[in-house]
Amino acid sequence: MMEQVRVVLDHAGDISPISSEEYLRIGGYQGLKKALEATETIIDTIKASGLRGRGGAGFPTGLKLSFTANTQADQKYIVCNADEGEPGTHKDRIIMVEIPHRLFEGMAIAAVAVGASQGYIYLRAEYPYVATILEQALADARRQGLIGSNIMGSGVDFDIQLFIGAGSYVCGEETALLDSMEGKRGEPRFKPPFPGVQGLWGRPTIINNVETLSNLPAIMVKGPKWFRSMGTERCPGTKLFTLCGNIAHPGVYEFPVGTTIRTLFEEVGGGCPRGKKLMAVQTGGASGNIIPASLLDTPMDIDACAEAGATFGAGDLMFMDEDSCLLDVLENLTEFFEEESCGKCTPCREGNTQLLRLIREFRNGTAQEGDLNLLLELSNVMRGGCLCGLGQSSPNPILSVLRFYPDLFVENSYRKGDLAYA
Amino acid sequence: MTTREEQLCVLEEVAAIAAKWRDRPDMLIPVLHEVQTIAGNCIPKEVAMTVAREMRIPLAQIYSAATFYSFFSLEKRGKVLIRLCRTAPCHVKGTKETLSAFEQALGIKAGETTPDGLFTLEICECIGACDVSPAALVDDTVYGHLTPDKVRELVASLQETEGSR
Ligand SMILES: Cc1cc2nc3c(=O)[nH]c(=O)nc-3n(C[C@H](O)[C@H](O)[C@H](O)COP(=O)(O)O)c2cc1C
Ligand code: SF4
Ligand code: FES
Repeated sequence: MMEQVRVVLDHAGDISPISSEEYLRIGGYQGLKKALEATETIIDTIKASGLRGRGGAGFPTGLKLSFTANTQADQKYIVCNADEGEPGTHKDRIIMVEIPHRLFEGMAIAAVAVGASQGYIYLRAEYPYVATILEQALADARRQGLIGSNIMGSGVDFDIQLFIGAGSYVCGEETALLDSMEGKRGEPRFKPPFPGVQGLWGRPTIINNVETLSNLPAIMVKGPKWFRSMGTERCPGTKLFTLCGNIAHPGVYEFPVGTTIRTLFEEVGGGCPRGKKLMAVQTGGASGNIIPASLLDTPMDIDACAEAGATFGAGDLMFMDEDSCLLDVLENLTEFFEEESCGKCTPCREGNTQLLRLIREFRNGTAQEGDLNLLLELSNVMRGGCLCGLGQSSPNPILSVLRFYPDLFVENSYRKGDLAYA
Repeated sequence: MTTREEQLCVLEEVAAIAAKWRDRPDMLIPVLHEVQTIAGNCIPKEVAMTVAREMRIPLAQIYSAATFYSFFSLEKRGKVLIRLCRTAPCHVKGTKETLSAFEQALGIKAGETTPDGLFTLEICECIGACDVSPAALVDDTVYGHLTPDKVRELVASLQETEGSR
């Protein structure tokens, strides 16, 4: 198998995840040390690296930090988004289970940069075994003076607490996550105000993904130029790619941004099991576009994906072999969104219910004339009219299938339907 | 069967936990996790009322949260929670067969609890174990690469452990 390019996962699995001492021995907490020595340069360094958020939206991390740094407040917070609810994704779990100190170090660097003294990790409830490791590693870091009061003898205080969610996909959306931490239902808030200015309990709050934060230590130590030597011009660095579905070697692999889907599928993932042929790939998670095997040469890069009609998202790829039925997959995905919609806004709450009804009509071959147009119109309304990314992007898989397999819906209802399209 | 005395004992424990966080509404979710575990994997009305009283939070707010999150349940559930993932990556690798195997081995349908009160079978969304799809979370442990045979073995071994307790 191809050699991985390990930055975030450097030494992951080689050392104890709990022990700060072992992490220190491989050069850990050196990025934080540097950050503490030159606090005012941290944000410029991160900006210069070109790092973009790894949680799905790709927002420039340095810029996000600068908003919070420039806001005056008696208290600021940093929250690590470890909700990892995107179906197919389990990259953050690997980081937290194998090398959690890198995450703590990254959180501390970001905290020092913006002046936050309290950090939280919002961990999904589906990861109880990850919580155990994090608690032990946090206790160890606290014992060694790496987090807590007067970190590394610098006079700066920064502590991290774990917050366990309770089973809700939408709580991965940053403002829903904040409501959840405040003890409420996880319903997305209207933006602005953005969390960077008015977040947890109304205080400026940095929210970043586990992988994003885990990139900060190496950037501080090795510098932006080194970071930019990997990945693409507009999205430098490496990415943890998650391969799942009908693939011989499912799992999480770290490669430079811009690695093609073909390389990930053939050389890393080993192709479909049992010599089956690949039919389609869902890119970027449950709300990402489904593309045909003919687009395998698309690089996994934010811009290249957008251009080809794929989705970068959090770097997930779900492979579907020739035995899969796309309508069956669409039904499954739409069931997911219908179940996980928080219900706050009508286009999403009612829209996903209707999308599901329509998909089922097509699947059963009972679609009526006009249903296809209805599907399209509803999808467009949802993309424009929903409050948060869940509703805005839930029609994506359907629209991408309509684009790349234009006959599928018509064929299906025609073949089995009662004169619907006859 | 739990007696009234046992129930009162549980309510006392619940009150003690909730009282620690009086006027701290942000602690509601951690508190609900904790009290749910001691109240038999569910949040019955008396428990919700006790939490409301001790934390000084309106009862409606307790229900607002308790009914929103899939890890909380108002209905009584079994001692062991089996959560089988139904989301696409697991689905394309055979959740359907795995589900029927669980239903047969336990003698219940998804969403139900065995009559002995030991097991509840739930269908859930992605548990982040897609590297070992199809997967299930049994309490705190992930079981992956599930096949109907493996499910039968798993259920038998769970029944044995629980039966001998
Ligand atoms: C429905 C929904 C679910 C999301 N789930 C996650 C998640 O599980 N983890 C995550 O890091 N970001 C998730 N996001 C994105 C966050 O809102 C936010 O953009 C991200 O945490 C920012 O971090 P980053 O800039 O480091 O990527 C989700 C967004 C939406 C709309
Ligand atoms: S789009 Fe859906 S999930 Fe997002 S706020 Fe509206 S109802 Fe809730
Ligand atoms: S889809 Fe089943 S564990 Fe992720």
